[in-house]
Amino acid sequence: MIVADQKPLHEVKEFVETHQKILVAGCGTCVTVCLSGGAAEARLLASGLRIAFQRAHHPKTIEDDTVLRQCDEEFVLPLLEKVKGEGFDAVITLACGVGVNFLADRLGAIPVFPGVNTTFYGAVMEPGLWAEMCSGCGECITHLTGGICPIARCSKRLFNGPCGGSEKGRCEVDPLNTPCVWQLIYDRMKELGRLHELRNIIPAKNWRPALDGGVRHTVRERIYRLEYKNR
Amino acid sequence: MKSGSNLEKVLKGGHFAVTCECGPPRGPNPDDLIGKIDHIKGFVDAANVTDNPTASVRMSSVGASAILFRHGVEPVMQMVTRDRNRIAAQGDVLGAHALGIRNMLCLSGDHQTFGNHPHAKNVFDIDSMQLLHMVRTLRDEGKMDNGDPIDGKMGMFLGAAANPFADPFEFRVIRLAKKIAAGADFIQTQCIYDMDRFRKFMEMARDMGLHEKCFILAGVTPLKSLGMARYMNRSVPGMSIPQRILERMKGVPREAQAKEGIRILLEQIEELQQTEGVAGIHVMAIEWEEKIPEIMERARLIPRPQVD
Repeated sequence: MIVADQKPLHEVKEFVETHQKILVAGCGTCVTVCLSGGAAEARLLASGLRIAFQRAHHPKTIEDDTVLRQCDEEFVLPLLEKVKGEGFDAVITLACGVGVNFLADRLGAIPVFPGVNTTFYGAVMEPGLWAEMCSGCGECITHLTGGICPIARCSKRLFNGPCGGSEKGRCEVDPLNTPCVWQLIYDRMKELGRLHELRNIIPAKNWRPALDGGVRHTVRERIYRLEYKNR
Repeated sequence: MKSGSNLEKVLKGGHFAVTCECGPPRGPNPDDLIGKIDHIKGFVDAANVTDNPTASVRMSSVGASAILFRHGVEPVMQMVTRDRNRIAAQGDVLGAHALGIRNMLCLSGDHQTFGNHPHAKNVFDIDSMQLLHMVRTLRDEGKMDNGDPIDGKMGMFLGAAANPFADPFEFRVIRLAKKIAAGADFIQTQCIYDMDRFRKFMEMARDMGLHEKCFILAGVTPLKSLGMARYMNRSVPGMSIPQRILERMKGVPREAQAKEGIRILLEQIEELQQTEGVAGIHVMAIEWEEKIPEIMERARLIPRPQVD
């Protein structure tokens, strides 16, 4: 899932100082699961902002609403209608950066502010702990590394084994919290009986399918063409 | 000859090579660097010029290497992939060659969170292994990484680092073999204090015949004080200092610790000279370059061989 962290209340408060009627928009997917931007967090942020502005003697109308996905027009339409129909003059979205952009592209003169910092694609390791697992680099190489990604999980994105800072299975950049991914790869390949494959040199990566090739799009031709023709 | 560098000639001539480290200054003025060069001139076969070491900004390794070259000390230009992508790396190698630089050491580089600009974005387009391969392709095939031909020929003696003390230990020799396969002509190791582990590492390297495929220079660093020894043992990842050495440093009064550190170093050098497969030493006297002449004299490693 996409993992995000809530921005501090004071930062979000500053975004909307000059606005009167504000909608806090939650998202029901990734940010709900990682406890940063679902319905509960949207309600909490809305009431937190109401109290903060009231205390500052600038009461504002602040409501909240959560849709299942802020990255899909079908789910976003009711939210857009609500904002425009009920006269909101600003939106704070707790969706990931995708949701911020998706709303901004559709809200005309009404400003949208981010309520979270989008951090990474990760997994739940333990209740309350998420860890990065994928970088979305566009050309997966984990078939070479026992299914464990050195691009997302090595601090230096090394392709050919651990650097000199790997000690007792930990990464030198943050030994307390981060395993050395090359130790994990080594152990996994050993377990798979494929250790000899790590002797091969992985050549320089093609970063074009990653962000470095420019803004990315994906087309499923059978669907996209169909809809295009129908329009 | 792959480069015609002095270091290459010394090693290929079968001499026990000596390199040291020469850190570039923290500003635009070359005077301090020239001072360091004067200390080491004639006492080493080549000197490594670090590339923004520990991710802290210094005069560039290309610029500082050119100054060494001009002042009569052969540089080993260090290049990290942390700060430059494959385009900049190849361009810098070509520029370095034009300035007379004929040795380089290919590294990934310390992570920027350890340096003086921890908020910087890193590059890591390629790793050290891929950099070695890229420069070897420039040199041997006259081609860029994309296959485009370069105009003219380029010589470069290619080095890589090895850390026998990091984990997983069994993979360290495999990684060394990979670096040699990628293009390393010589290796400089992380500084050695744990001789038992280094002996084991060399034994594994010899079993794979790696000492015959490239020149292995053993890294050593004189300890200035017990405090430094304790700090390195505790805080430098992938480095351990045996209790025996810590005890020795502890056993002498503070003002005599630097001398004791040099004595330990000299004993190490003697042992390394006897170790099969060790082709030389790389002395990293961090901000202590003025000690190089004394160390070399006492280790009876001067005069340095003149090879043509």
